[in-house]
Amino acid sequence: MTDLAVSSRTTSATDATSAALSVRGLWKVFGPNADKLLGTPDLELSRQELQAKSGHVIGVRDVSFDVAPGEVFVVMGLSGSGKSTLVRLLTRLIEPTAGTVVLDGEDLTGMGEDQLREIRRRKVSMVFQHFGLLPHRKVIDNIAFGLEIRGEEKSGRRSRAQEMVDLVGLTGYELNYPDQLSGGMQQRVGLARALAGDPAVLMFDEPFSALDPLIRRDMQKEVIRLHHEVGKTMVFITHDLDEALKLGDRILIMRDGEIVQVGAPDEIIGAPADDYVRDFTAEVPKSHVLTLRWVMRPPGSADEGAGAPALPDTTVVREAARAVLAADGPVRVVDASGAVVGVVDDEDILRVVVVEQRAPAGAR
Amino acid sequence: MTTTLEPARPAPTKEAQPVAERATSRRTGRKLLAVLALWVLAWATLRGRQTLELANADTTGLHDWFNDVRDRVQLLGQDNWFFHGVLGTIASGLDTFVGVLQEHLSSVTPGDWLGWFGVLLLAAWVTYALAGLRSTLLVTVVLLFLGLAGLWTDGIDTLIVTIVAVVICMVVGLPLGIAMSRSRRTSAVVTPVLDAMQTMPSFAYLTPIALFFGIGPACAIVLTLVYALPPLVRITEHGLNSVAENTVEAGRSLGVTKGQLLRQVQLPMAKRTIVVGINQCTMAALSMATIAALVNGPGLGKPVIAALQTLNVGAAAVAGLGIVLIAIMLDRTTTAASERSSPAGQRVAAVGSPGIFGGRTLVLEKLPRWATEEGGRGTDRRFLTPSGRRLVLAVLLLPVLVGAYYSTRYLQLSQFPDLSGVPVLGELTAGPLGGHINDLTNAVVDAISGVTNGFKDLVTAVMLNPLQSLMSDLPWWVMALVLLAVAFLLGGWRPAVVTLVCEAVVLGTGLWYDAMVTLTMTLVATVIVMLVAVVLGVAMGRGRRADTVIRPFLDGFQTIPAFVYLVPALALFAATRFTAIMAAVAYAVPIATKLVADGVRGVSPATVEAARSTGITRWQMISKVQLPMAREALVLATNQGLLYVLSMVVIGGMVGGGSLGYLIVQGFVQGQLFGKGLAAGIAITALGIMLDRIARHAAARFGR
Amino acid sequence: MARATHRTALVAATAALALGLSACGGGNIEQPSASGSAGGGGKECGDLRIAVNPWTGYVSNAHVIGYVAQTKLGCKVTYPDVKEEVGWQGMASGSIDTIVENWGHADLTKKYVDEQKTVQDAGLTGNQGIIGWYVPPWMAEKYPDITDWKNLNKYASMFKTSESGGKGQLLDGDPSYVTNDEALVTNLKLDYKVVTGGSEAALITSFRQAEKNKTPLLAYFYDPQWFFSEMKLVKVNLPEYTDGCDADAKKVACDYPPYALNKLIATKFAESGSPAVDLIKKFQWTNDDQNAVSEMIANQNMSPDDAAKKWVEANPDKVAAWLS
Repeated sequence: MTDLAVSSRTTSATDATSAALSVRGLWKVFGPNADKLLGTPDLELSRQELQAKSGHVIGVRDVSFDVAPGEVFVVMGLSGSGKSTLVRLLTRLIEPTAGTVVLDGEDLTGMGEDQLREIRRRKVSMVFQHFGLLPHRKVIDNIAFGLEIRGEEKSGRRSRAQEMVDLVGLTGYELNYPDQLSGGMQQRVGLARALAGDPAVLMFDEPFSALDPLIRRDMQKEVIRLHHEVGKTMVFITHDLDEALKLGDRILIMRDGEIVQVGAPDEIIGAPADDYVRDFTAEVPKSHVLTLRWVMRPPGSADEGAGAPALPDTTVVREAARAVLAADGPVRVVDASGAVVGVVDDEDILRVVVVEQRAPAGAR
Repeated sequence: MTTTLEPARPAPTKEAQPVAERATSRRTGRKLLAVLALWVLAWATLRGRQTLELANADTTGLHDWFNDVRDRVQLLGQDNWFFHGVLGTIASGLDTFVGVLQEHLSSVTPGDWLGWFGVLLLAAWVTYALAGLRSTLLVTVVLLFLGLAGLWTDGIDTLIVTIVAVVICMVVGLPLGIAMSRSRRTSAVVTPVLDAMQTMPSFAYLTPIALFFGIGPACAIVLTLVYALPPLVRITEHGLNSVAENTVEAGRSLGVTKGQLLRQVQLPMAKRTIVVGINQCTMAALSMATIAALVNGPGLGKPVIAALQTLNVGAAAVAGLGIVLIAIMLDRTTTAASERSSPAGQRVAAVGSPGIFGGRTLVLEKLPRWATEEGGRGTDRRFLTPSGRRLVLAVLLLPVLVGAYYSTRYLQLSQFPDLSGVPVLGELTAGPLGGHINDLTNAVVDAISGVTNGFKDLVTAVMLNPLQSLMSDLPWWVMALVLLAVAFLLGGWRPAVVTLVCEAVVLGTGLWYDAMVTLTMTLVATVIVMLVAVVLGVAMGRGRRADTVIRPFLDGFQTIPAFVYLVPALALFAATRFTAIMAAVAYAVPIATKLVADGVRGVSPATVEAARSTGITRWQMISKVQLPMAREALVLATNQGLLYVLSMVVIGGMVGGGSLGYLIVQGFVQGQLFGKGLAAGIAITALGIMLDRIARHAAARFGR
Repeated sequence: MARATHRTALVAATAALALGLSACGGGNIEQPSASGSAGGGGKECGDLRIAVNPWTGYVSNAHVIGYVAQTKLGCKVTYPDVKEEVGWQGMASGSIDTIVENWGHADLTKKYVDEQKTVQDAGLTGNQGIIGWYVPPWMAEKYPDITDWKNLNKYASMFKTSESGGKGQLLDGDPSYVTNDEALVTNLKLDYKVVTGGSEAALITSFRQAEKNKTPLLAYFYDPQWFFSEMKLVKVNLPEYTDGCDADAKKVACDYPPYALNKLIATKFAESGSPAVDLIKKFQWTNDDQNAVSEMIANQNMSPDDAAKKWVEANPDKVAAWLS
């Protein structure tokens, strides 16, 4: 994870051509005359004002971002923020009002129905909050459903589906019906179904929101494991900040249909774009997320901290704490190339940890 | 009954809503009071003028024109390519087909194909193959009862006509329902037609259909189609549309084509709902059995009608009981067959609560399980493995065929033996059973007719007469404006437009006065229906025992032909408008009660528990928690109650209801009044659509 | 109704098929042979489809004729149940052969007999139809002068009901008839309101309740009707009927004319040469004859065929006259 995060950060949002998914100027306006509304000043109005004025509701407002191949890109927001609409726009389950979506080099927005269907069959799969399983089919047939509709041989799809069953840990339940499984297991079926078609991009729409916390944690681990094993590009929608921080290489925060901030977890925590994000992240244990980059200060002198071993700037504060506290003086922080970018001392570390311990008490 | 499905529009902000809504409803209440005041004022000053009353024997130009069209078509009919060629061919084909089935299955003349014993064995075997042991037992018992009661031929005829009609309905209705679920435009075009088919009283089109299809089985089947097709189409459309959105979306995300979506996702998931649709279609088809008998349709309607001529309540009741039992038998058997054909352990999420509301009103009403009470899912427990069952079936086939063969050769196995002399069993034969029912009815009527007549006089004096005067004894335009205002205030401009159109239609039929009288009775009946339904429904919703006791009666009243209880009703309430109202109430109470009961039962147990923890009394629980939370079901029950009441207007016309109902009956039997009867049918359809739309939009506004 | 009803009009091919099959299976079952008992000589009778209108007197006519046609002429008789209008329609379109008790229906006669010529008159049944206003027996006994219309206003308040809006109630009714009652009430200046009963069942039930509870009732009714064998209703005499006094429906102020009930046959059937045509034309009997059969059906719960058989066996002379 850590190394992936580094690589993604360096490629972030810079080069659209090599991106797995590239979104530009995406809009969704619900309402009778949405198309005509584009380009009018009405779009500058707030959601409430626009709805009161014309009955239109803005679902997604001018969103652009890129997702690198192999990246886990998390879209985060509270309910009503437009995140679920956004993920559906990406595969045109909902038609965008304006903007482009380029997936794996192909522009989805201009495609005809047939081409689009082909993309959905081969390039991108989705996992849904409420699973969307077919109750009249057995687990194995649910998993093979995508293969079946794209016309694969029965034996081929069976064996592929069986692989997926094993991959997601459902071995032994192949012949059950969905309603005989627990919620967590049903979502494993959903996951296996999405993976079965070997898509380039996986999309998750709040996949674990309906599960209880313990199962949710298991499933998050499962996603991390699968990401290691299959290395797919993933777009992951959630309203749970912990989940976002845990899974995301980068996080996009949405509010009222707009992007508030895009960045790696430590960027979100360390440099919140506005008060909304700051409030949002207030109770996150910062020492678990922030890296040394965010707590170091410029070296006072060239040889400051020279005695102690240097730490990479991507080290999370919590993990660096022991080494820093053990050292007599400040510790050097180096970047990927090994150059010294700053130093940290006990006080820098404790500031993060102590604030954290006081904050919850103060908040109550 | 209709509406298009609105595209998922994001809900308006939640917090603002309740406050605004309460204010609206208070304001609406005040406006309605104002309308009422103006109305009464207008009535007081303008009473008796411009009421558009039309004397019984008088006709308008439109009525005469209808007559004229009928005459011309009749003349054409002899050799016109369409009436004689196309319709005639269909008619004779159907007649022949049903005739062959009758010859082979229901006719018990020795020498015909199968006697009762053979039919019974085959029916039992087929039922066992398709639906299982329990259903087989039910089929056997019902068929034996039919034989015992001397209703064998008529009963099997009813089955033949019903099954043929339902099969045709499926052939036509399922594709239509699918088309409607896939195209909003098709749905918008077809829905009003379905509305009209369901609301138009069948008496109004009985004569024209008899004209085209001749009298006999073909005519009976076509009549049945008109009435039984709409529920199937609607429920199919609804079932497909209500397949869980997330599953459809999951399918789309995997790149399914429209055809794949339909075949692999929607149809399998909507299967249960569609089976309910087929059940409803079957029940509707059975409810036409009596009316079909008026055009020589074969079946149990014949003995009912014959018994009515001599006012033999017992004989009519026995035949009616035959219809009820066939209804139960078909319902249970089709349900069991569909459950058997779906894989074990599967539960289809798409099937919602029995009543479905919001946008489309459908009554997914099924007869409950009291005849073949099955303990939930456990019923799927099978004693035999599939291959074992196949073996049993194969082994059983031989004796079945042998039995069937002998039934063609031995009189006792061909004609159902007369067991009237046998003890115990003899009591179940038509004569004694009818006799008992007659005795019982007479005893009840004698005991309570004084009370009921008093009750009738009271309700008529304090409720019916004033309301009728208020609605019909004033200039038509005043009442038209009142209706418009009410429609607008309750439902907004849409139902107001519908109301305007319907008013124009009623006015056009020339039967405004009669329509207002009918409307009055309809409203009074609906009020009574809801009073009864709430009392019974709350009792049923709260207690399993009340449910077990009440439900069979509801089922009975819903399926038994009204002709059966007309005579006792006449004895209890005399030939009055009130009797017409009571006949409608008897028919509409079951559906309304069941919906209320479902609503009350549907209140979340958590809420009930929370309420109980506050130390609430039982009455407070009902009035402050359960009924308000079941508001949606109450609204649906009212809507359905209204429509069911309206569908009994014609029957009401036969027991003193007068107005539109009587005109329709008259138009059916008197040639020169055909046009007027048809016009009355159109007026009723207009009233029905108007009331339905107002109720629906009002519900959408205030129901939630 | 009779078993035979349900083996309605099969197309020849299927009938032949069924016959063939049953012949193969034959054996133990005695097969009543259709042609065996055919008397009379002359042409084969074949099918005879007698419309059955929904009142018991009619059923008596139909089944007596049908029974005779079946047993003496070897006809294959079916009894399609239809309302009157539909029966006429059926004769015109060829699905019905005859109607054996017709009450007037000037409009239909004009249309089908005079204009279309698809239906022919087949003579009188011998029954007299009497339409009028009746009271239950107890009233005639207690208020003997009520049978004169002039005294009706004297008793009007007695007849008040919840339906009659303060006036006396005249219960009308069977939808099969257009009545002159509203005009009569107006023109005879009676303090009554016509209330719609709606069906024969409504009228009979009302009379039964009135007699049992000794409550007043004035209602429209007609004879012959099986109900007369249960209860002797008493007719209220309106101003006597004279020819043409009912010419203007709006100004009628006289009693209903007596109806001479007749029979009708479809032209096609009349020209078929079936021996049943003669039988139908010659059929005649009295009100008492019909009421006797009706009584057996309505009150003794006999099947129409059994009742017909009993009457036919008891009246060989009358039957012989129809067949001569």
